[in-house]
Amino acid sequence: MINIENLCKSFTLHNQNAAVIPVMAGANLQVARGECVGLIGASGAGKSTLMRMVWGNYLAASGSIRVGKLDVVTASPRQIIALRRETLGYVSQFLRVVPRVPTLDVVAEPLLNLGVPADTARTRAAELLARLNIPKRLWDLSPTTFSGGEQQRVNIARGFAHPFPALLLDEPTASLDAANREVVLDLILEAKARGAAILGIFHDEGARDRVCDRLIDVRAFTPKAAA
Amino acid sequence: MTDLSHTFSAAADKPLLQVKNLTKSYGARIGCADISFDVYPGEVLGIVGESGSGKSTLLSCLAGHMRPDQGEVIFETANGARDTVQMGEAERRRLARTDWAYVHQNPRDGLRMGVSAGGNVGERLMAIGARHYGGIRDKAIDWLGRVEIDAGRVDDRPSAFSGGMQQRLQIARNLVTAPRLVFMDEPTGGLDVSVQARLLDLLRGLVREMGLSAIIVTHDLAVVRLLADRLMVMKGGHVVEAGLTDQVLDDPQHEYTQLLVSSVLQV
Repeated sequence: MINIENLCKSFTLHNQNAAVIPVMAGANLQVARGECVGLIGASGAGKSTLMRMVWGNYLAASGSIRVGKLDVVTASPRQIIALRRETLGYVSQFLRVVPRVPTLDVVAEPLLNLGVPADTARTRAAELLARLNIPKRLWDLSPTTFSGGEQQRVNIARGFAHPFPALLLDEPTASLDAANREVVLDLILEAKARGAAILGIFHDEGARDRVCDRLIDVRAFTPKAAA
Repeated sequence: MTDLSHTFSAAADKPLLQVKNLTKSYGARIGCADISFDVYPGEVLGIVGESGSGKSTLLSCLAGHMRPDQGEVIFETANGARDTVQMGEAERRRLARTDWAYVHQNPRDGLRMGVSAGGNVGERLMAIGARHYGGIRDKAIDWLGRVEIDAGRVDDRPSAFSGGMQQRLQIARNLVTAPRLVFMDEPTGGLDVSVQARLLDLLRGLVREMGLSAIIVTHDLAVVRLLADRLMVMKGGHVVEAGLTDQVLDDPQHEYTQLLVSSVLQV
């Protein structure tokens, strides 16, 4: 489902003496349907960079990233927008939403964007919020005022609202208590069972062992000159 | 499982607006030069750049407020694709009343300050032929509600409204005729941040529900991140970078965009 071949990336910092920083070279990676692959490696090794290139907000210098049939490296913005709407989900570490929008609508939005009727979308959003133990009295409030763990759970609910065939998870259990961590791991296992291809970063080793089928050390993709 | 039978089809495969090599100079000075891009149905395009970068000149040329020196602005009208630069003034004005809308930075430029709020909304309906007074008033009240203006204010003049209310009224006046393309010049400029957030949410909902396309000129990068699908960065009358909004903001390639993104103060 996700197929990365010979991917390279460097940053050119025009305002800092045009410094060129190579960050990745010759990355290869495959994630099949129903499989969860964990990225490992120290901070700065390029785990997030790789995830962002798959998501399409970082440009690759060369190589290919196929998600389903689309090569994200050469795709037009419109194709990437359609991919994110229908095929590829992303649970980032930080919640980024329009202030003052109620939590229930934040979670329902990916479904509304697909044209799902509002009541169906809200019902699905309510199920997920309840499952992730967000108290009902908070559903009509904006998540911008929530605690870190609550925001993360809202982000997870939003990411799992639509059954995406491919999912990117950036530390989905980082700031959760044991009970909520279990709920999130169950959601991930259920997504795998329905055939989703998942690429994730998990610093939580217990979580990693529970859900990941394989681990890939991104240090293998670090350019030799920079190492 | 969730019902996805309403999933959007690929019907939006034809651009609504195609801009080709648009150029406008003020004497020897460049307003905007050699601009080309497409806008598809349901898509929001953001245009950012510093003052004097040519973004307002570009928007004026697109909306027919200013005649470009060169180039084409091809709009997919009900009767097929037409170059709006070449069409007659009457036809272009008709387009501006029906398929297009223009939200000015200063609501006073887009509203009639001496006419009631209801009259401001109703006037655009009458301009396209609505004549039933009761129907016009009902529709005006419905739209005031959608932009969160109390129905009790329908007979008040906009001069009695706050800046945020005036801006929302201007949006209601523009959208009541269900346009397909909305031009916006700094729609959240000059508003309190709390009002900005409400306006952003409103605009996003309207774009999704009405399937309208929008071109938004702004210098606020936070606004484009939340609202725009795609982004164009302008400097000195030229487009220096264009792409997916979060890609341009998170991994800017051009020297100027890198400077722009790194100059934003963190709250």
